[in-house]
Amino acid sequence: MLEAREITVRYGRQAALDRLSFTLEPGRTTGLGGPSGCGKSTLARVLSLMLRPASGTVTVDGRTVRGWRQRAPRELRTRVALVYQQPRLAVDPRLTLAEIIAEPSAAAGRADPDRAAALAAETGLTRDLLTRRPHEVSDGQLQRACVARALSLEPRYLICDEMTTMLDASTQAHLVAVVEAYRERSGAGVLAVSHDDVLLSRWAHRTVRFDRP
Amino acid sequence: MTEPITAGSAVHPARAEPPAAQTRRLRAEGLTVSFRLPDATVRAVSGADFEVRPGRCLALVGESGCGKSVLAHALLGLLPGNAEVSGRVLLEQDGQELELVGAPQAVLARRVRGRSIGLIPQSPATHLTPVRTARAQLEEALRELGAARPRERADELAERHGLHPADLDRYPHELSGGMAQRVANAMALAGDPWLLLADEPTSGLDRPLVDRAMAALRELCDEGRAVLLITHDLRAAERVADDVAVMYAGRLVEAGPAGKVLHRPRHPYAAGLAAARPDRAFVPIPGMPPELTRLPDGCAFAPRCSAAGAACAVPPPTTGGVACHHPLPEQDARGGGGSPDRDPLESRRA
Repeated sequence: MLEAREITVRYGRQAALDRLSFTLEPGRTTGLGGPSGCGKSTLARVLSLMLRPASGTVTVDGRTVRGWRQRAPRELRTRVALVYQQPRLAVDPRLTLAEIIAEPSAAAGRADPDRAAALAAETGLTRDLLTRRPHEVSDGQLQRACVARALSLEPRYLICDEMTTMLDASTQAHLVAVVEAYRERSGAGVLAVSHDDVLLSRWAHRTVRFDRP
Repeated sequence: MTEPITAGSAVHPARAEPPAAQTRRLRAEGLTVSFRLPDATVRAVSGADFEVRPGRCLALVGESGCGKSVLAHALLGLLPGNAEVSGRVLLEQDGQELELVGAPQAVLARRVRGRSIGLIPQSPATHLTPVRTARAQLEEALRELGAARPRERADELAERHGLHPADLDRYPHELSGGMAQRVANAMALAGDPWLLLADEPTSGLDRPLVDRAMAALRELCDEGRAVLLITHDLRAAERVADDVAVMYAGRLVEAGPAGKVLHRPRHPYAAGLAAARPDRAFVPIPGMPPELTRLPDGCAFAPRCSAAGAACAVPPPTTGGVACHHPLPEQDARGGGGSPDRDPLESRRA
């Protein structure tokens, strides 16, 4: 279980999350819906250990998180992966797509070229695309690389924050299928954050809806 | 025999148009845009034919990187220096015809941009200059366009677009997504253009805001303006468009009335895109689009198309708005085969 208990996050005087509790179960896809500004992305960032809440606790498979971002212990940090809405803001523009996909495993000292190649193929990236840099590919192609990157360390939990909002219908269907295939074979828990209720009703086993704070 | 795809032509002649609007029209014929790179040529738009008229909305749909935005920027002469544009784009208004391809920047700046064609930008919040208030930017646009009393006119525009005049005194970061959208609309309309070009105006907005933005575009159509909407969002297009043109690898592959193209498409790519929607079959089209630097000589979709055959090695002619050698059969709108819930590729896969 990836559990958040009594989480409060404030931006200035405004509380984005107010003593919120949330559980992400392994093996299932949980949808998180609601209008913009309701705190969906804030919760996604807390659950992926990217944002330290003002109060409350996060536990990953029973272990309480004490450090956040780069201070989170590696074995906790690599258990949760995050896919962002805007792939262009989520990659280093100097790296090729192959390097982007291999980056987490290289950083963790677990470089695995075969796995990187298999993930690239699964997300539909052809060999010639892998040698390109972000400015030489489309948003859809770059997001495919970001999904491959997120799966490269076989996370127990995958958080998809508006993963397909910028993409066309076909790329959306493909990436959701890739994430679901990974969840089925690995037993990972998936959090699908989206303001698109139609998408969540098709993708998630159950959906939690936030209202404006 | 090749008949041009003329999206936006008089499909519903019953709809009344204001008499003055009869003389206004934007018509592209064989519009082609390529970019010369040191070691390759990117063929971003290949031979696009379409027409936009007052009172109607034409939605240009397709996946990212298919050339939609390049096409939009070509209409405004806003392409980078290495772009090569050919074909014709005729802007017909007030009994005059203006050729936009190759028109001098001075003509585009003085007669076209903002006055005939207004641009509603992608992600309005980031389009605004962050260090100036919305009012400063709107009044500047009004002054440049020669408005007599920019301050009063800015207040009028604000109210007309659902903003309180006091909202204009905010900085962009103090505006919500919906308010930034309304400021962008007000700025696009500052010079009272009859044609609006909306380039992915909904990216990053949630569904209620998308619906509101589409309703605002529909209102602009209904008051007699023309709208060219560029989007990857089929549901947004469905809400507002009279006509839809589907673009694939720089070519318009199917164009026609929105209901037909979105619900009973005949081109295999348009059908695959429709089937990929989460409220339909939710299955992706196999494969990826070709590189625009290495387009096949024949049909660009053939490598992904389950029905491709020997004929597809040559470019398909456009017949009845569909550029395909073997289009799906025409379906009756009320017939059993035309249900929008059906996966249009199902019969092919079986």
